[in-house]
Amino acid sequence: MTARPRQRSRPAARAEAILASAVFTAIAALLVIADFLDQPFYLKLLTRALVLALAALALDLAVGIAGLVSLGHAAFLGVGAYVIGISAEHGMTNGWVQWPLAVAAAASAALVVGGLSLRTRGVQFIMITLAFGQMFFYLANSLSRYGGDDGLTIWTRSQFGTWLSLSDRRTLAWLSLSILLAAYLFLRKLRWSRFGRVLRAAKENERRMAALGFAVGRFRLVAFVISGALTGLAGVLLANLTEFVAPAYLSWHRSGELLAMVVLGGLGTLHGAVLGAFVFVLLEEVLARLTTHWALLFGPFLVLVVLAGRGGLVGLVQRIDAPR
Amino acid sequence: MDPLLLLVQLLNGVQLGLLLFLVAAGLTLVFGILDVINLAHGVLYMVGAYAAAVVLVRSGHFALAVLAGPLVALGAGLALDRLVLRFVYDRDHLDQVLATFGVLIFVNELVRVLFGPAALPFPLPAGFEWSVRLPGGATYPAWRLAIIAAGAILAFLLFWVLTRTRAGMLVRAAATDPAMLEMLGVDVRRLFLLVLGAGAALAGFAGAMAGPIVAVQPGMGDQILILAFVVIVTGGTGSVQGALLGSLLVGLADTLGRSFLTDMLRLALPPAAANEVGPALASMLIYLVMAGVLLARPRGLMPVRRAAR
Repeated sequence: MTARPRQRSRPAARAEAILASAVFTAIAALLVIADFLDQPFYLKLLTRALVLALAALALDLAVGIAGLVSLGHAAFLGVGAYVIGISAEHGMTNGWVQWPLAVAAAASAALVVGGLSLRTRGVQFIMITLAFGQMFFYLANSLSRYGGDDGLTIWTRSQFGTWLSLSDRRTLAWLSLSILLAAYLFLRKLRWSRFGRVLRAAKENERRMAALGFAVGRFRLVAFVISGALTGLAGVLLANLTEFVAPAYLSWHRSGELLAMVVLGGLGTLHGAVLGAFVFVLLEEVLARLTTHWALLFGPFLVLVVLAGRGGLVGLVQRIDAPR
Repeated sequence: MDPLLLLVQLLNGVQLGLLLFLVAAGLTLVFGILDVINLAHGVLYMVGAYAAAVVLVRSGHFALAVLAGPLVALGAGLALDRLVLRFVYDRDHLDQVLATFGVLIFVNELVRVLFGPAALPFPLPAGFEWSVRLPGGATYPAWRLAIIAAGAILAFLLFWVLTRTRAGMLVRAAATDPAMLEMLGVDVRRLFLLVLGAGAALAGFAGAMAGPIVAVQPGMGDQILILAFVVIVTGGTGSVQGALLGSLLVGLADTLGRSFLTDMLRLALPPAAANEVGPALASMLIYLVMAGVLLARPRGLMPVRRAAR
């Protein structure tokens, strides 16, 4: 057989589209139900899941598609959130300025961290992203003018004129869902574009792609920056949701949790990351109600997911679905 | 700059560096031989500290406590291998990260349930409550000197084992080319278990020694784990010499940065600005050092020359 670029088979593409639509429809249905039952708590919980799903989606671009295992993505989430917090503290609450500024700041942070970390591979890359993530954590901790380790309350959410008010919980929830959907469609396009194919090919065999003349490092850096910028956008939404920013947003445990969401859902599938984030957040909520020591249950669960779950939840669905 | 303060802080830096070395040495060898990333290594440091604290309070014997630290950590390390690590050796790094992350949050929470969220009491041993008078008139706590001495002796022993014994030779060979060693009939898996156990015991010993000068509380291992990563990246993955160099560099940079950076900035900046920037910069200093090393030498200061894989 001659070597051909791997194409999606048509049934597989259709199965993926069906599952992805099912995930997004289910999320929208949950939002409608929470709204209909007038449950602000659940609406807020779902919005939180939407925001973390955006961050997990962004991380899936770096980890699942480009093969860059970043253990420092919470830093970009934090940079996005802190730009909102700090600008609001100075009375600058115009969202048209705040949001691009926050995303640009997260992208710049990703450019610096990615540029340095991409000089290495494998285990070193993981350790370095973790270390730089921690550096941003300490930076946030030492911002004594902006609350230090106590964090900073955001008194005014981002303002977008009269037609879009984020103080309405429903608006924020549906806006988050729209942004998540747009990011998903963008990344799916990216994944099947030439850019995405180069990334995935380099993940399979870096040496061959380099020999073919691709500047693999540059492709990866661009992917890392896009991933960081989208994670920063998630941070923007998170700050507007909680009306608060704190160094805890940049904790490296958050980075680990984001990785867990991506793997739980299904690495490199994009809609898997969204599914993983929702299952993660809802599971965390259920476990936290059972016991305050939910980590006692969650730690072993994570180990089991890694040991048993090849392909995550999406892989599970595919295995059930696949014709024998 | 006060020369006496400088001397004291230099000693503090060396003390932190040697403590870090005890944790980083085992970690770097584990990376070097099996290319495994183990986030739960910091947990072993915490387990060592807790074991020592409990034995100290129950028995009152300090020697017993310092012995319990490495022994319990050794047991925990071997259990970790049996229960989790051996299933992920052949997996990719992402699986290793997540599995050991799961272990880490589980053990942190378990410790919180068993001993409470507050720091455990860990009094200085009798006979070490005094301070040594340094030349020039400054005083220095004897316990910190004991840590320096123990760290230096262990570092020396480790190098002796690695360079002068057959087991050490095999470990070095495994770090260069594990596949070839396997071909030659050496059980690399067992060798790895030996290194993992020794690394766990060293981390546990570090935890026991650090007990009196740090807060023995849940999550104390996370901090040291990340510092050990910085050490390993700076020194060069898999290299014990690199780990020693990196440890001392990180220990000194962190300690000296925290005590002198603000004063040094005052020479260049207005005092208010220096007070604002100084502490922030000091807490980021070791990461900036790491970034500088990465720019100049991406493989670290003393990389291991590996066979092509």
